[in-house]
Amino acid sequence: MIIQGLAFYLFSVIAVFSAVMVITARNPVHSVLWLILTFFNAAGLFVLMGAEFLGMLLVVVYVGAVAVLFLFVVMMLDINTLNLREGMAEYMPVGVAIGVVLFAEIAAITGGWVLAPEIEAARAQPLADPGAVSNIQALGNIIYTDYIYLFQASGLVLLVAMIGSIMLTHRTRPGVHKQNIAAQLDRGRTVELKKVSTRGGI
Amino acid sequence: MENLLREYLPILIFLGIAVAVAGIAVLASYIVAPQRPDPEKDSAYECGFEAFDDARARFDVRYYLVAILFIIFDLEVAFLFPWAVSFGDVGMLGFWSMMVFLGVLTIGFVYEWKKGALEWE
Repeated sequence: MIIQGLAFYLFSVIAVFSAVMVITARNPVHSVLWLILTFFNAAGLFVLMGAEFLGMLLVVVYVGAVAVLFLFVVMMLDINTLNLREGMAEYMPVGVAIGVVLFAEIAAITGGWVLAPEIEAARAQPLADPGAVSNIQALGNIIYTDYIYLFQASGLVLLVAMIGSIMLTHRTRPGVHKQNIAAQLDRGRTVELKKVSTRGGI
Repeated sequence: MENLLREYLPILIFLGIAVAVAGIAVLASYIVAPQRPDPEKDSAYECGFEAFDDARARFDVRYYLVAILFIIFDLEVAFLFPWAVSFGDVGMLGFWSMMVFLGVLTIGFVYEWKKGALEWE
């Protein structure tokens, strides 16, 4: 139990610290690396909450794929690190003001938020007993049947993302010679072997 | 809940050892090795040349396309794990809902194959 508490504070302190570093690091590539550390610690917090599948998924999807995408985007943007801080002092008061307002609103909402007692009865699925069924199975039991519409909608969202990214970025380049294997194989035999007599030539 | 976390204790210990070893390696080499920097030693080394230009060059957008297609199929596979675990419990509805999901993504796969988005040229 004490180890659990220690692990919680370790993960959360590192997560908050690296999240601060994400927005204060001068080099955008370093920001992405701090972001990866944040993802790892958030995954640790998920595991501490008992949501081990979500924790592993966070590592696989966010660290493995989304962080790589962020790195590509950061490198593609061709950011000049020196010009990045220009006008920082100018924008600072407005940014801080917006941040304070947003924080106050969130604090007001979450501070006064109580779960209505009838919510528990209206919920479609009771919480699975973590001792009886594993995390991943508890999810699998309801995603594909009870939440089938949301599941199919997520498939459509992925399809739209796939087609959209191809539409936006893919273009055929003129003057590029591609290997057409079928055409190569269709040419038939153009090379033949000949028996050449010694010292005779062809 | 307690049992689950107890199973993760070796991983936590392993994590601690890994961080400690990595930290010791960096710290010990910093302390033990003699540090006598001079401008030539600190300068960038690129096969004997001076560095030609900034490393922060613009990437081709095609890398981005490959990365986002990877993410989409990564997520598709992530949906398969809980399905495989609870395959016996979800019945025919669960089976066919996954088949429809895979079919929708296969449409996208055929589209990108035909478009040539997977070819590098």
